[in-house]
Formats: sequence, C-alpha cells, structure tokens
Amino acid sequence: MSFAHDEPIETGALPALPGPSLAGVEDYLALLKPRVMSLVVLSALVGMVAAPEGLHPVLGAISLLCIAIGAGASGALNMWWDADIDAVMARTATRPVPAGRVQPGEALAFGMTLSVGSVLTLGLVANWLAAGLLAFTIFFYVVVYTMWLKRWTPQNIVIGGLAGAMPPMVGWAAMANAVSLESALLVAIIFMWTPPHFWALCLIKSDDYARAGVPMLTVVAGPDETRRQILLYALALAPLGVAPAFIGLGGWAYLAISTAGGLAFVAHAVAVYRRREGEPARKAAGRLFGFSLIYLFALLTALLFEKLAGLPAVSWA
Amino acid sequence: MTEPEDGGVVLTPEQKRQRNRRNVALALALGSLVVIFWLVTVFKLGGAVLNRPL
Repeated sequence: MSFAHDEPIETGALPALPGPSLAGVEDYLALLKPRVMSLVVLSALVGMVAAPEGLHPVLGAISLLCIAIGAGASGALNMWWDADIDAVMARTATRPVPAGRVQPGEALAFGMTLSVGSVLTLGLVANWLAAGLLAFTIFFYVVVYTMWLKRWTPQNIVIGGLAGAMPPMVGWAAMANAVSLESALLVAIIFMWTPPHFWALCLIKSDDYARAGVPMLTVVAGPDETRRQILLYALALAPLGVAPAFIGLGGWAYLAISTAGGLAFVAHAVAVYRRREGEPARKAAGRLFGFSLIYLFALLTALLFEKLAGLPAVSWA
Repeated sequence: MTEPEDGGVVLTPEQKRQRNRRNVALALALGSLVVIFWLVTVFKLGGAVLNRPL
C-alpha cells in the first residue's frame, strides 16, 4: 500500500483564479440598486416620522442609513445569485456581475458584510425589534424571493413584494420599538402596489423574462391574464391607498392626493386592460409603469410633509 | 494585466487607478463608521454623561 500519488496531479484542471479586480467604486454602488434604495429610504422615513417620538433625530438618521444599507445589501446578494439570468436579459445584462466587472464572490462578500453590519448596527443604535425586522426583510428578499420564488412561480413578485414593502414597519419599529396598525397599513399599500407596478414592466419586457426562463405572469399566463390581474390589484389598491386618512394617519392633503391618485391609477389600469395590441398596448403599459412610481412617491411624500409640517390627521368624529 | 518573469502580476495603469479609488472609498467608509459609532455613543449617553460624582 502506498500513500504516494501514483499519478501526477492535473493542475491544469483546477479552475483559473480570477485576475485583479476591475471593479470601480461605481460598480459597488450599482450593486446596492440605488433606485430601489431611494424608495426604501423614503418609505422607511415615512414610517419613522409617523411613529410616536422615541429616538433622537441623529440616532434616527443613523437608523435610516442602516435600513438603506440593509436594502442595498439585499440588492447585492440578489445580483450575486441572479447573475446567470441577468446576463441574458437586455435590461440587466450590463449589471456589474454579469458584465464581469465584479466577481460573484466579491458581490457575495460585499452583500453579506453589509447585511450583517447593517442589522447589528441598527440593533445597537435603535432596538433589536427593528434589527430583527430588517434581518427578516433581507432574508425574505434574498432567500424566499430571489433563491426560491423568482424561478418557481408566477406569484414571485406578489409574495416577494413583502420584502420591498417592509421598510415603513422597520422605520416605525426603529423609532417606537413596536409595530402598529399604521405601519402595517403602509406595508399593505406597498405590497398591493408592487404587482401592478412590476407586471406593467413585464408587459413591455416579456421577451426578456421568457428568454431568461423566469416564470413571470406574462410568460406563464399570458398578457391578457396579466392585464386582468393588474386591473384587479389596481381596484384593491385605490381604496387601500386612501385608508390612512381613515385611521388617523393621513390628513386632508393626503386624502385628496390618494383619492385622485387612486382614481388615476385605476384609469391607467383600465387603459392597459382595454388596449391589447401593438404600440397603443405598449404605451398604455409604459404609462401605467411610470404613473405607478409617481403614485407611490406622491402618497409617501404627502404623508411625510403632513407629519413634518405638523398637520393634523383627518378627524371623522 | 501582464505577467513578469517571476510569475507575479503587474497591474495596468487602469487597474491601479481603480484600486486606488476603491482604497479611498474604503477609507472613507471606515472613517464614516468611526464617526457614526462616536455619534451613537454620545447621543446614547446623552445628559447622563454628566451624572456622576465629582
């Protein structure tokens, strides 16, 4: 018996080590999905401002930074896991990992470091309830949505949308060390807003998702069923968007903006439902996608300004 | 990227420039963390920092 290798080791079979990193600072910033982060910051800020006073403003600002970094970290982990499908979709092919500017391992290490760092720092700065909710949000987005739902079911963004909807609750918890009906309602609004928002984009980019093998509703059930679902979600979202004015959260400005915005949202969804062929259908979907962004930003900023200006909530007594 | 005779790696000027930019960003991030934890300490202590026997 010999312990020596009889055959020389085939070093040529080992995978080549990656060369020196070509990643620029802007590539690492792109991993954080800054546009998604801006919505997270705004919605978390609304949750914080609407919450009862409980944290020094400086600690509140640092908590908001932690929530933003946590959201960015989950974006980096999403790009690490999804690099294969990002590479075949025109919309995402230029992202740092599929484009080869950032190695997958670098994105993983970056995302994990920021995830752990943001959760622990939020726990130390604010409280462990908020930190736990942030950890749950990152876990839900990366593991439940990215690794599991996205490639498995056309309901991927419906269920996965919970991760994107959580920031107001995390922000509220950071300030008040509690969760509340008000913060749950804000989560519900963003949760119901996500499907029509993304499906409008899918109607335009359906070929992209089909090529990548992602079972989006447009690919699995077809554009007509997607249009029907968009309309149903819009009809549910419009009254839900107004609801904060009925539970002592929103004031008259919010009531007016959410009512007008909700009606316009439904009108855009009806246009998408009715225009099913050619360029008019494409334009209708594009307009709904654009308006959905304006709608959510309008609702959140209305609440933000009302709270900052000290305007009272609508009283129905 | 070129490989010298000793097997080491020589970075191109572009790779050196990117590395320097990453180093500066990392230094700024670490410096920011120091400031953040200093601020957290100060604001967590608040007025209680003066509450001690003289």
